[in-house]
Amino acid sequence: MSEQHKKHLFAAVVLAVVALLVWQATGKQSTETPGLAEQQNQPTEAVLRRGNGPEPESLNPQNSRTDPAFNLARDLFEGLLTHAPNGDLVPGVATSWDISEDGLTYTFHLRPDARWSNGDPVVADDFVYSFRRLADPSTAAFYAQNMAPVVNGSAILSGEMDASELGVEAPDPATFVVYLVTPTPYLLDLLTHPSMYPVNAAAIDAHGKDYGRPGNLVSNGAFVLEEWVVGAYISVRRNDHYWGNQGNRIDRVIFYNTSDDSAELKRYRAGELDFTYTIPLQQFRWIKENLADEFRVHPYLTTYYYGLNLRKPPFKDSPQLRQALAMSIDRELLTEKITGVGELPAYGWVPPGTSNYTPQSFAWAGMDAAQRNARAKQLYAQAGYGPENPAQVEIRYNTAETHQRIAVAVASMWKDVLGVETTLVNEEFQVLIQHIRQGEITQAFRSSWIGDYNDAQTFAVFFQSDFDLNLSGYNNPAYDALLAQASRENDLAKRRGLLEQAESLMLADTPVIPMYFHVSRHLVKPWVKDWQDNIMNLQYSRHLSLQRD
Amino acid sequence: MLRLILKRLLTAIPTLLVLVTAAFFLMRAVPGGPFAGERNLTPQVEQNLRAAYHLDESLGMQYLRYLGGLLQGDLGPSFQYPDYSVAELIAAGLPYSLQLGGLAFLLALAVGIPAGVVAARHANSPTDMGIMAFCLVGISVPNFVVAPLLVLVFAIHLDWLPAMAVEAGRGMGLRNMVLPVIALALPQIAYIARITRSSMLDVLGAGYITMARARGLSERRVLWGHALRPALLPVASYLGPAAAALLTGSVVVEQIFGIPGIGRYFVQGAVNRDYTLVMGVVVFYGTLVIGFNMLVDISYRLIDPRLRRS
Repeated sequence: MSEQHKKHLFAAVVLAVVALLVWQATGKQSTETPGLAEQQNQPTEAVLRRGNGPEPESLNPQNSRTDPAFNLARDLFEGLLTHAPNGDLVPGVATSWDISEDGLTYTFHLRPDARWSNGDPVVADDFVYSFRRLADPSTAAFYAQNMAPVVNGSAILSGEMDASELGVEAPDPATFVVYLVTPTPYLLDLLTHPSMYPVNAAAIDAHGKDYGRPGNLVSNGAFVLEEWVVGAYISVRRNDHYWGNQGNRIDRVIFYNTSDDSAELKRYRAGELDFTYTIPLQQFRWIKENLADEFRVHPYLTTYYYGLNLRKPPFKDSPQLRQALAMSIDRELLTEKITGVGELPAYGWVPPGTSNYTPQSFAWAGMDAAQRNARAKQLYAQAGYGPENPAQVEIRYNTAETHQRIAVAVASMWKDVLGVETTLVNEEFQVLIQHIRQGEITQAFRSSWIGDYNDAQTFAVFFQSDFDLNLSGYNNPAYDALLAQASRENDLAKRRGLLEQAESLMLADTPVIPMYFHVSRHLVKPWVKDWQDNIMNLQYSRHLSLQRD
Repeated sequence: MLRLILKRLLTAIPTLLVLVTAAFFLMRAVPGGPFAGERNLTPQVEQNLRAAYHLDESLGMQYLRYLGGLLQGDLGPSFQYPDYSVAELIAAGLPYSLQLGGLAFLLALAVGIPAGVVAARHANSPTDMGIMAFCLVGISVPNFVVAPLLVLVFAIHLDWLPAMAVEAGRGMGLRNMVLPVIALALPQIAYIARITRSSMLDVLGAGYITMARARGLSERRVLWGHALRPALLPVASYLGPAAAALLTGSVVVEQIFGIPGIGRYFVQGAVNRDYTLVMGVVVFYGTLVIGFNMLVDISYRLIDPRLRRS
């Protein structure tokens, strides 16, 4: 073969490879989702395109744990209760319920027209199956803890009992009964949590681990799974068997994976998303100037705080030092200058907006800055520190720009007001969590506490001495007694009083320094109608509508 | 040739074993675990999770269990994505990474080599300086600057091309691939052009080139017919790792264009302590690198006849 021939041969091979790749790439268009492209072109089809954050870990509600997966679960499934657009509790699969006088037995009456996406009726046995599945250790459910209030729930969780012993039963297909260990006034709220959704036993038996895949997933919500392109998007379409279809104006929803918030903003600006999962904080200023009308901020059930390790010095047995540190932080400055998206300064632990609850504040919250600082200095001196003998405090936080800026600001406030010498240690998130849990080397540590349901209990339990995630190591018998009393209390007003009293008591001891309450942040296109912000940051697709002018 | 391939395949096995062992124990030596998150699990639940994934066994036992699975081609379940096995995750991402990486690779070759040749031909001329300046920019400006810029200009301001690589119902069309392929290829074009230029300069100084010119061959013949082939040897040795890197995707480019490739598993897997996912991509990447290095060796023999004879 001559040189010339070889060159031609080489060129031909390259061309063939290019052609093959192009064919592969373009061939995908037509074969991947037959019908979807054409249907999208029909003007009648209402397609909602949501930015949905990182890849959901699972579409099997008992195996999911993060908001992206929960957003999908809320569209695909429906629990006994569900939410109204404003976040209020409303009947879901259950139309009504009776609560026994002792508050220990809940009887739910299921709606006769509730259907699985394959047309089968949703019956009480489906809930029995799903609740047992959640409690069963072999399911490896992240939220198995939700079964702790149910009779035998804890024993099943720890493997001492079989899941069939769980305190739930189905006397007839339309009646589902839950037996509780203690009155659990937040149970109704808990039932809206995705881990409590019913799953289809027949489909799980048939597909096992692959239940959450297109074609296998039988669900009972407003939508049914259509396509899952791992890492790119998940699309769901209207479930023709859903009982509440009349109110649903969306035909198809595409949940785009937007793990990078800057990239998400660009896609939103390019008109490829109807609303975003969040916003990139670095570009908040730009958004405020250019997209102010489309920007939505709302308080969210999450407290950003610095935990104080009470098991070790310097915070052990030194409430004065803890109070002095808590008092000398200018939270208004933090939320205005550093986080700056509308976060609320936190002078207490339970976020405002928590249902049936008046959030408590530190006793000194009413003082002005000068009074606060003066009092903080006094306490600091009482704790045995002074200019000659400054307190040495370490703040540990996970590596991220916002956390770093807050830590630097807090350290300088402590330095200015009290003369505290602060060391900043940043660690990777997983390492920080391990150190916090061990409680050996941490002093002050950054964390957030996210409410799992809209009730003060989810915040109060954090400080219960025997709670597994009592990260500060707070141990106050009086606090435990108030919580125990509240858990036995059936009268909602009295219970509320007890929980409020407990929070005040805890705040006086200052085992944590709350900084601010989080907000949910979305960019929403003007054609997305019926959007209602709510404290749980919930957006059910079936509550929204699209109206392009 | 066959013997070379067989020998390479045999040495690949211990190499992979060392790689797997090192990755396995390094990953476990890192503090933290796969199940901690912003919403913490109660210890009982975490214990149940660990038991479900055999993480409660001794490290040696887990290692043997992993090797046993690997021998049967089983990369294990993903801790982070319980609905998928690691093999399924890699298989799902591979077509995207292959298409984008393959196109970027071809683009890098198609632009990089000629650019290098032209630069060498006109060494120290304005053309050369222009090309080398472009290369300097291509190498030194990172992906996370180039990619958002491309999106900003071509997707948002000009609105010519989509910002995301995969659209529901449309998949990844040619239009979607333009920006990510350019972002991926740019640094490679620059590297290849620079390597080609410098090795071409070496070759152009060789005696047989002077000889060819003395024979009165046209400059084009000399350049493309006589000088290019020997000058490609260093380029070929660079292409092995470059191809492996391109085909397994770039985390940054994947994040920005929303490409569902496998590049992001490297970072995500490590951050989430998804042990099996990290192991899976390490094994996959290792195999690719070994495979491509073998191809490089073979291509050496094709390019350089002296190696064929020895």
